[in-house]
Amino acid sequence: MRKLVIVLVVLLMILHQDFWLWDSKTLVFGFMPIGLAYHAAYCLVTAFVGWLAVKYFWPHSVDDLLVVGNGEERQ
Amino acid sequence: MTITIGIVIGYLALLLTLGLFSSRRSRETSEDYFVASHSIGPFMLLMSVFGTTMTAFALVGSTSKAYVEGIGTFGLLASWAALLHALSFYVVGLKLWAIGKRYGFVTQCQYFRDRFESPAIGYLLFPILVGLVIPYLLIGLLGSGRVMAGLTQGAFPELFEGGAIPPWLTAGVICCVVLLYIFFGGLRGAAWANTFQTLFFMLMGLVAFLLIGDKLGGFSAATQAVMEVSPQHLAREGMMKPVKFLTYAFIPLSAAMFPHLFQHWLTARDARAFKLTVVAHPLCIMIVWVPCVLIGIWALGAGVDLPPAKSGAVLGIMVNMLESPIMSGLITAGILAAIMSSLDSQFLCLGTMFTNDIAVRLTGDISDRQKLAMARAFVVSIVIITYLLSLANPVKVFELGVWCFSGFTGLFPLVVASLYWRRVTKAGAFASIAVTAISWLYFFWRSGYGHTEGLVMGAMPVTWIFLMAAAALIVVSLMTQPPGEKTLAKYFPRHG
Repeated sequence: MRKLVIVLVVLLMILHQDFWLWDSKTLVFGFMPIGLAYHAAYCLVTAFVGWLAVKYFWPHSVDDLLVVGNGEERQ
Repeated sequence: MTITIGIVIGYLALLLTLGLFSSRRSRETSEDYFVASHSIGPFMLLMSVFGTTMTAFALVGSTSKAYVEGIGTFGLLASWAALLHALSFYVVGLKLWAIGKRYGFVTQCQYFRDRFESPAIGYLLFPILVGLVIPYLLIGLLGSGRVMAGLTQGAFPELFEGGAIPPWLTAGVICCVVLLYIFFGGLRGAAWANTFQTLFFMLMGLVAFLLIGDKLGGFSAATQAVMEVSPQHLAREGMMKPVKFLTYAFIPLSAAMFPHLFQHWLTARDARAFKLTVVAHPLCIMIVWVPCVLIGIWALGAGVDLPPAKSGAVLGIMVNMLESPIMSGLITAGILAAIMSSLDSQFLCLGTMFTNDIAVRLTGDISDRQKLAMARAFVVSIVIITYLLSLANPVKVFELGVWCFSGFTGLFPLVVASLYWRRVTKAGAFASIAVTAISWLYFFWRSGYGHTEGLVMGAMPVTWIFLMAAAALIVVSLMTQPPGEKTLAKYFPRHG
């Protein structure tokens, strides 16, 4: 799961460059330009990835944070 | 207009009461004043961290930028910030909180001094951090002044030139209110006030969005009007280049080095308090920025005609269009809430830094009560100095913010390396800080002292500042003596 979250973060960085919507003036729900709607949805996905990180690899204690090799996956 | 101003004054009075009430919970110790005795839970941490990072830059600046450059404004900063702020909280904030709590640090300089075994690094970093926070403070004061001026345009012709409440008056009142509650309540007062203010400005932002949309004939009609007068604002083609869009990614990395955010991280009760912030921060950004960007572009369709240099008044003008004094008052109070929720932490962090990084080091051992008195005296001095600087009315809010963030981003490689790279050295740290300072000054000068973005090969200057700072850090560290075993054992303990 830890690796999956890292991959998702990298993927999010790449997906930020939505060049395919660069000149599109299509409106979503009749009022929101698609370039804006895409990035609003991007924030939702980011929150979901944050939730995965928090749920699956969160340190137990201060010691966990400070010791080398910390942040191991936990269930 | 009297009702509108009355509501704003009422809000400020309410805030002051809350801030002063929270100060009654204060333990009158320096630890409580600086880091609220590490007692803040998840929700208040989220609200204070989010409120602190969202300032005039987010509300006034984003609306103004969208008015000038269109919907791409959201992707430039908001969606990058959603990802990279959350990542910074997880990768940098959480670990710094653990270190700060364990070793009793309340400022970044204290940490870096110890981590790099060098008192001098603190004296080098201190003026740089202060020099970068002050423009950030100015963003808030300028933003508040411009919003009130836009809102009250022509309302008081007999009292003020142009009939609008002048920025110096708004900034003065804001300074006094914020000063009062942080003077007595410290960071605990700021956290309470921020929680209230963040909820208030998020709510008022949504209300403004709904009402302004309704006033313009509905969301669809508002956007259609933009389609007719300026369709390019609904896309990015012709408004910005992809390289600039990409390299804005470096700007939100600055959050990892904000001194006021460092101080808020330290208030967390435990590591679990960070969870909500990591998950909900991107959602809060979306909730605040989407309406602001839409209001900014809708202003074009509504016939607002301002030169880019005056675009900071867009939000105030749009709120004024509601012609409802009560709603205008509430929404203006919401905008000021967003601004003040950053100002308080920034004023306080500077007071904390002056006290701990300079005064205490120079005066030697002093009592906790003396330290507290000193911190309060510094906070008052900083508020006065910043207010006086704001009277000079410098460049546009958004551009000023971007320059300020660029400097902090230059220090990002330093903080990450200090936490995760055993091999980073004192000399590497000095080199990285020096390169950040010199390159920032060069690019700032080249941009006409912040009057333009100063793109270099289409990329934001922050890209080059970051890359050069990182390169200096790595190269010089590899060429110099590694840190001592004692320091490595302290910051990189092994299992068992």
